[in-house]
Amino acid sequence: MRLGLVIDLDTCVGCHACAVACKQWNTSGTTGPLTDISAYGAEPSGVWFNRIRHYEVGDYPNNKTVNMPMSCMHCEDADCVTVCPTGASYKRKEDGIVLVDQDKCMGCNLCAWACPYGARELDPVDGVMKKCTLCIDRIYDKTLDPEDRQPACVITCPAHARFFGDLDDPDSEVSRLTRERAGQKLMPELGYKPTNTYLPPRLTRPVPTADVRRKSLISSVKEWVNQAIVR
Amino acid sequence: MKALPKFEDHSRQDTRYTTCYMCACRCGIKVTVEDNKVRYIQGNRNHPVNKGVLCAKGNAGIMKQQSPARLQQPLMRKPGTERGAGEFEPISWHDALNLLTTRLAKIRATDPKKLAFFTGRDQMQALTGLWATQFGTINWAAHGGFCSVNMASAGLYTMGHAFWEFGDPDWEHTKYFMLWGVAEDHASNPIKMGIEQVKRHGAKFVSVNPVRTGYQAVADEWVSIRPGTDGLLALSMIHVLLRNDCIDQTFLVRYTNAPWLVVDTPGQKGHGLILRDKQGQPQCWDQEANAVTDASQVEIQPALFGEYTAPDGRPVKTVMTLLAERYLDTQYAPENVAERCGVPAEQIERLALEMAHVAFKETIEIECEWTDAYGRTHDRFVGRPVSMHAMRGISAHSNGFQTCRAIHLLQILLGTIDVPGGHLSKPPYPKHIPPGIKPAREMAPNTPLKSPPLGFPTGPEDLVIDKQGNPLRIDKAYSWDAPMANHGLMHMVITNAVKGDPYPIDTLILFMANMTWNSSMNTRQVMDMLREKGEDGEYKIPFLVVSDAFHSETVNFADLVLPDCTYLERHDTISMLDRPISEPHAAADSIRQPILEKDRDVRPWQEVLVDLAGRLKFPAFTGEDGKPRYTSYQDFIVNFQKEPGIGFLSGWRGEQGDQGLRGEPNPRQWEAYAENQCFFVHHLEDSQKYYRYCNQDYLTLARHAGWVGSTDPIVLELYSETQQRFKLAGQGLYDGPTPTREEHKERLTRYFDPLPIWYPPLEHGRIDTDAYPFHAITQRPMFMYHSWDSQNAWLRQICAGNRLYMNRGRAQSMGIEDDAWVWVESHHGRIRAQVKLIEAVEPDTVWTWNAIGKQAGAWGLSTDADESRKGFLLNHLISELLPQQGDGLDNVTNSDPITGQAAWYDLRVKITPAKPGEVGSWPQFDPVKPLPGMGVSPSAVRYQTHRGVNLKRGLWDVLTRGKHRR
Repeated sequence: MRLGLVIDLDTCVGCHACAVACKQWNTSGTTGPLTDISAYGAEPSGVWFNRIRHYEVGDYPNNKTVNMPMSCMHCEDADCVTVCPTGASYKRKEDGIVLVDQDKCMGCNLCAWACPYGARELDPVDGVMKKCTLCIDRIYDKTLDPEDRQPACVITCPAHARFFGDLDDPDSEVSRLTRERAGQKLMPELGYKPTNTYLPPRLTRPVPTADVRRKSLISSVKEWVNQAIVR
Repeated sequence: MKALPKFEDHSRQDTRYTTCYMCACRCGIKVTVEDNKVRYIQGNRNHPVNKGVLCAKGNAGIMKQQSPARLQQPLMRKPGTERGAGEFEPISWHDALNLLTTRLAKIRATDPKKLAFFTGRDQMQALTGLWATQFGTINWAAHGGFCSVNMASAGLYTMGHAFWEFGDPDWEHTKYFMLWGVAEDHASNPIKMGIEQVKRHGAKFVSVNPVRTGYQAVADEWVSIRPGTDGLLALSMIHVLLRNDCIDQTFLVRYTNAPWLVVDTPGQKGHGLILRDKQGQPQCWDQEANAVTDASQVEIQPALFGEYTAPDGRPVKTVMTLLAERYLDTQYAPENVAERCGVPAEQIERLALEMAHVAFKETIEIECEWTDAYGRTHDRFVGRPVSMHAMRGISAHSNGFQTCRAIHLLQILLGTIDVPGGHLSKPPYPKHIPPGIKPAREMAPNTPLKSPPLGFPTGPEDLVIDKQGNPLRIDKAYSWDAPMANHGLMHMVITNAVKGDPYPIDTLILFMANMTWNSSMNTRQVMDMLREKGEDGEYKIPFLVVSDAFHSETVNFADLVLPDCTYLERHDTISMLDRPISEPHAAADSIRQPILEKDRDVRPWQEVLVDLAGRLKFPAFTGEDGKPRYTSYQDFIVNFQKEPGIGFLSGWRGEQGDQGLRGEPNPRQWEAYAENQCFFVHHLEDSQKYYRYCNQDYLTLARHAGWVGSTDPIVLELYSETQQRFKLAGQGLYDGPTPTREEHKERLTRYFDPLPIWYPPLEHGRIDTDAYPFHAITQRPMFMYHSWDSQNAWLRQICAGNRLYMNRGRAQSMGIEDDAWVWVESHHGRIRAQVKLIEAVEPDTVWTWNAIGKQAGAWGLSTDADESRKGFLLNHLISELLPQQGDGLDNVTNSDPITGQAAWYDLRVKITPAKPGEVGSWPQFDPVKPLPGMGVSPSAVRYQTHRGVNLKRGLWDVLTRGKHRR
């Protein structure tokens, strides 16, 4: 089983709902609290498992804005795991989720340097590394309704741009979407084999106009002849 | 065996439903509570508005509840200290309400208009309006005048509903969606959900906006328009449709006033009015009878085009003839508007024809038997699947009313109103055009008004002016300055009251409106005005009452602070009498219920209003024994009836609680809502879902539910006779009130028009636009849109200091590099801000996030917080009056001359680099002092409702780090 997220860049409007939902759930979750520093002061910052980046592609007027939510990719060959000197960072055999054992982490930051996706966050108060757990304390909690056994970010997304599932299962929704929409991995050249997948924007359907374009254009109201339309 | 966490103990948790109030969307939420603390707020899957999703704000409700800026207790300005100095002392609720009651009772018994009651983005206008009506003051309104009255009015005077709250695109069926001037707002979740549906169905999404962020980022096509020219673009598209004969003639004949005859006697009284018979019925030309006849008849063949002679000999033309004559004119040709709009002619023409193709070549037909308002049965609904939505970018210009009318005209010519795939109304809309309520004018001591303060004028006789033509309202709504100011002009209240123009007032009550900061134009001077005293040493506005839940900049100026609860601590109704949560095919309303116990000495504002209403002995709130009729807000909501069977809540009515929409009061109504996840939905039958302006089954239901006054069909008004009456008044050709001042005559003649027109934003005509080459506008970020009342510890991490966004190429050509500090100067003032260069903005436009900037010390923030050091407001650059030219318009509001809508986006600026060393935002203000009883804001926040539980980890994982998968 290879659990992960599929994110639709065709509909992500960059609203940050997923990021805040994640913060809300996880601050009381398995690795909570997610500390906020200078919460009401200068340069506020805090621990977030998911951050939205905004990029521009092309120059005006042919520019496009791309909203890019980024969290742990749960890589198959996760370098953050390889570099961890204490064995705190690990990848779960049964579902591929990359986690940090809070009891073993010494907050050395090596994993953060190793991760090219910026997915790891050091909690400055706890002194340990925290990261996306794919809401492991939701997805397996059988006391929750089945539709609630999904990561908080997926449940909340107003643009339905986030999907959760098993990318090893060819019949899963995430696998189907990846196939049908030519899903892309981020920076595959690095060889970490990220699990999370991004769906590129759909192609715009061309709308024809020839069939409504008149050859001789109306230039005066007198050219209209009243039709017999019954009221 | 799987290593799993020890899951949290749900037996210690309680889950309750309520309605979000982090913005105005009113999404349903499911709140999990642990030890009187919120564990988790989640969207309610069953809720009609959000269907389970929730935005960034909704997810940050915990931090609203945790805000150190929450007011703790009632406060009074410390005697002997100056207003705005921020020196307060606690006062008990008992003393506060006694003091206020005494003051208000005196006003009410002498001169009720001396109380002005204005509210911000609240959702209880049905209650506050009733309260003002019962008090007997016409000086009441909410924030609509500085928000979106242009949209509401243009819609209600054209098609009986409007964008946003009164209507929605048919997301399910639309094949072409055009979004005009929607600045990441209005609405929040429904638009995001809708855009996703549109894209999933393969429909095309076109965005018209000077800025390409947010929703525009995922648009299939971006129309990078210059601010304030949208109306011209819409009229040019209409030109293209007419030239190519792409109009829905059947729709126009059946459902609109296009065939009505208009008197064509220029320069004479009655010119431009609809030809009517003795009974007042509009007339048309029947092609079968070759005669003028009653246009409301069916089975006639009205002529859409033509010039005829009325029975009384006057020449007449059909509305459609006037419309075609006007918009066929080459001034509207794409090549003639392209430069002004900043949009290529090719793009304008192509987009118009694309919409024509979708409307007429991809028509939808839904088989369903339905009966029209004349009793005729049809076997299908024909749909033209082109839809639109528009908001602030249209609304916040002084040409916004006419621009919005132009957009509606475009929709109507394509036959897309309340049809499958088009723009659908939401119950209780559509209403008759316009709704039949006239604004109140007469006041008397200790007497309720005869009608609500706000209503819908249909001509100069409905204005709220005295015999000399002077305004009667403090905000000058419904005066010659702004004749159709249907939501009032909240942005003018303080200025007018301090000037005593038209008269001084005694007490101003503000609720949830930040009028000394981001909700006012000309912010610095507004602060000064509140400090201004007369020769008698008394403040020009003698008493200012502020109700808010948080320590806003405006609270700092209050004489009396009445602290409100948060949305998780109180009861509320989102009422069918107000702005309900209906969806196009379901009438729906909802409640809030307390989720948490209050931990401060605060009271819900609506509870306070009901209490005051009883103390002041308002007739509707007083029993026959002279004692207060209602014991509480909840008691009022259950038992108050607007008319028999109609109350604030439409669900579970009747003594048994088994009636919807209409029924006797049900004493267990609140409980019924709570048991049903806090909302009520009445789904429409299939036969009631479309063409509702002419749908017998729907109109019968609407009449039963009290949404409309009759089952008469609602005729869409391409041509607005109301507009023409005001125009005639300006021309001196009207039998009724006419203005005496030249500037009023000119404004009525120029800006009022029965068919939509475009004119440049007013500020541009009174300044040297070459000296101020940039348009300056704002957007509200999605993660803070409408989240007005707390500085949220999570959301401020996304953005705490706003930038001035400039087009990269344009800025670099001026020698302005990324991150530079610049001076931004308007005709009215200047500010300093830091730029961010982007591609996603039209080169003549700069923009910033609105309301990120805060006054140092307010909202529980430290005095060095980014919001005050780096954040800034454009408001300082915007005057509440038109740019001064030493003429009769100097004292006229900077607003739409028709509706009084605040013209925020008319602003023009020049930009110059700051000198070396000039860094930090400017102006700066003295920090707001902390309030008594308010704790120190924490530095680190480590919120959790239970201790985090680490995962149990298997030995295999520990040894291998899970690397050896399979």
